[in-house]
Amino acid sequence: MILPLIWAALIAFAVLAYVLLDGFDLGIGILFVAEDRDEDRDVMVNSIAPVWDGNETWLVLGGGGLFAVFPLAYAVVMPALYPTIIGMLLALIFRGVAFEFRFRAITRRGRYWWDFAFCSGSILAALCQGLALGGLLQGVRVENRHYAGGWFDWLTAFTILCGIALVFGYALQGATWLIWRTEGRLQRRCRRYAGYLGVILLALIVIVSLWTPMLNPRFTDRWFSWPNILITSPVPILVALVALRFWNGLRRREEASPFLCAQAWFVLCYAGLGISLFPLMVPPSITIWDAAAPFESQIFLLIGAAILIPIILSYTAYSYWVFRGKVHPGVHYH
Amino acid sequence: MDIGSTAILLARAQFAFTIGFHIILPAFSIGLANYLMVLEGLWLLTGRQVYMDVFQYWLKIFAVGFAMGVVSGLVMSYQFGTNWGAFADKAGPIVGPLMGYEVLTAFFLEAGFLGIMLFGRHRVGPYLHFAATCFVAIGTLISAFWILSANSWMQTPTGYKTSLDGRFLPDSWLHIIFNPSFPFRWVHMVIAAFLSVAFLVGAVGAYHLLRDRQNQAARTMFSMAMWMAAFVAPIQILAGDFHGLNTLEHQPAKVAALEGDWHAEPGQRLILLGWPNMGTEKTDFEVSIPHLGALILTHTWNGEIKGLADFPRDQRPPSPPIFVAFRVMVLLGVLMAAIGIAGLWKRYRGRLYYSNWLLRCMVIMGPAGFMALLSGWVVTEVGRQPYTVYGMLRTEESVSPIGLPGVATSLVAFAIVYFIVFGAGFFFLLRLMRHMPIVGEGGPPQGVPVRSAGLTPLPSLHPDPRHPTEPRPAE
Repeated sequence: MILPLIWAALIAFAVLAYVLLDGFDLGIGILFVAEDRDEDRDVMVNSIAPVWDGNETWLVLGGGGLFAVFPLAYAVVMPALYPTIIGMLLALIFRGVAFEFRFRAITRRGRYWWDFAFCSGSILAALCQGLALGGLLQGVRVENRHYAGGWFDWLTAFTILCGIALVFGYALQGATWLIWRTEGRLQRRCRRYAGYLGVILLALIVIVSLWTPMLNPRFTDRWFSWPNILITSPVPILVALVALRFWNGLRRREEASPFLCAQAWFVLCYAGLGISLFPLMVPPSITIWDAAAPFESQIFLLIGAAILIPIILSYTAYSYWVFRGKVHPGVHYH
Repeated sequence: MDIGSTAILLARAQFAFTIGFHIILPAFSIGLANYLMVLEGLWLLTGRQVYMDVFQYWLKIFAVGFAMGVVSGLVMSYQFGTNWGAFADKAGPIVGPLMGYEVLTAFFLEAGFLGIMLFGRHRVGPYLHFAATCFVAIGTLISAFWILSANSWMQTPTGYKTSLDGRFLPDSWLHIIFNPSFPFRWVHMVIAAFLSVAFLVGAVGAYHLLRDRQNQAARTMFSMAMWMAAFVAPIQILAGDFHGLNTLEHQPAKVAALEGDWHAEPGQRLILLGWPNMGTEKTDFEVSIPHLGALILTHTWNGEIKGLADFPRDQRPPSPPIFVAFRVMVLLGVLMAAIGIAGLWKRYRGRLYYSNWLLRCMVIMGPAGFMALLSGWVVTEVGRQPYTVYGMLRTEESVSPIGLPGVATSLVAFAIVYFIVFGAGFFFLLRLMRHMPIVGEGGPPQGVPVRSAGLTPLPSLHPDPRHPTEPRPAE
């Protein structure tokens, strides 16, 4: 019975890794809205060009892993969130190829078009991920191992709010990443963006956090009943502490701390999500154990994951290390 | 046709469309990554500038192709759930872990070292950079290993037991991974990827040789491609023959469909041309050679194989597309081998770079490998019908409960996006390939501009004499 738990933790880790890593590179695409000078855009893209592909692989691990070890959850969630998943995939296609294509375009208009694709693809991907997350949280109707809800169950005020929150959250990640990795005017502007985005994101976190327990009495019970509250109350307290550190960091013109604080916010929200959901995999009815693949499947892949994930983490870290430091304008990528 | 079966047809069309686009790109990555590994290895070994020039030339092209492969592959990993939820639930315990291993052992390896391969040559030094190139190349082969294992298990399922609710549960992973058709399919596919890229590289070399016979980089491309054509194309025909015999053993209906045979007969004839008619159970307009079919498939003069009519109607794959695709594949394979032999002859006469007709043929044959590869996939996948897990799970039992409007809308969206994105991508690739290779070819990305110097700072402070500072291409 412990095996599905281990796997749930691993899948959760893969999705968290995705959100933390691809979050800032989607965020850079979102910030294209505000940054329209070619030179700045090149610096922004160059700061993530060597790593974005690895970041996105965590999403493949999340999807592929779900398919492998929780096939029922995968088979139910994908049809339930069908339009958001398809929308996300199409958006990621546009934005992924734009990395290469924007440097290959011949005319200014061509380049403008691929910049637009990069930016709108990033926004749409973030929005769809938020919608999908909200759709999962509010529950999925299942009958006889099949999705039994309607076409637009995933589209409610709550899911839209989640979508918007994720767009702003990723934008904040992107802005703080650029504070860390750039200098000069671009860095100064990103500091300003990060200030605004931090306020907006914090407000959205508060609204979503208050709304979530209302979705399902189970969630309310989880958060507010005694003695659960002893375990759950540190989460909002930590969010507040991180907020203090974040604005301190911005004010003192620190370089890395705003980024780390933004990441910490994501980790805390993610922990909150886990507190609400556990032990459900697909609310309101499918638990981690219901969705689990047979023991033989889970153990077979676990052996590989136990050996390979540490190796993957170390060469990913190495790759980030190789490309560390400030990205300078003027020197072109191609 | 009722709405349900139209929805299934559209879901199949969507899968066929997305994977048809996708499969070209991994084949491109497998072949090109390994070619780049050979080039960089040769450069380190010999120090000849021309190898580095060819390496840099193709590295730019690799970067564009790889990005397209990543995003179209991402779509595939979610497609099983969106349109084929019932399949995902039932076969997930077996197919899922195989794909999980693909992600863990291959995708991360490729993605993790791709950055260094593309942008890091002056940050890590030549040997570490070569190691990164090797990791990416090996990653592509490992990726092919797992995905073809999963695919082959769907063709020839072994090593499983079925649960009461109709799910496939793993029994022996060794038998699942090394299922009977897997070794043949893996070898056939990897060689196909190598050959496809060899013909692409050869065609680009030939195109530039037609304009400038003295271009060293173009000569190297063309010559290497011709060696591949001469030796690997015949090997591929042999590998295909083994694969076919294996299919005859495990999926006789597929072989009957691709041959256009309807009834067993002693001394089976080989049908060259015709049009299989699923209604009348005969092949119209048939042109055939007696006994040759028996000779190829049973290696005896009077052997016989089962015809399509020997299978119940509801277990027959649709013959016409398989029949046509098979002929396209075989014809292209034979042409590729023929070009290889012609190249050997010209090389022996010392005229390899001066034969206009050979160069022109090679340019025309540039896409031949990819076309043969796609045809081969049509044969093997359409030939698996009407099942997703051969003989065990029918296609109509595999779909998600997504209605017609949903599948139709997403199909249209995919079609539009793919034509825009991949249309532009192929245009950029062609433009890169039209550019004449020059001495001191600039790679994609030298040195993403960062202040620090990487783990081994020496190369960036005192450039290795073997890496002259590359002039940037005028783009």
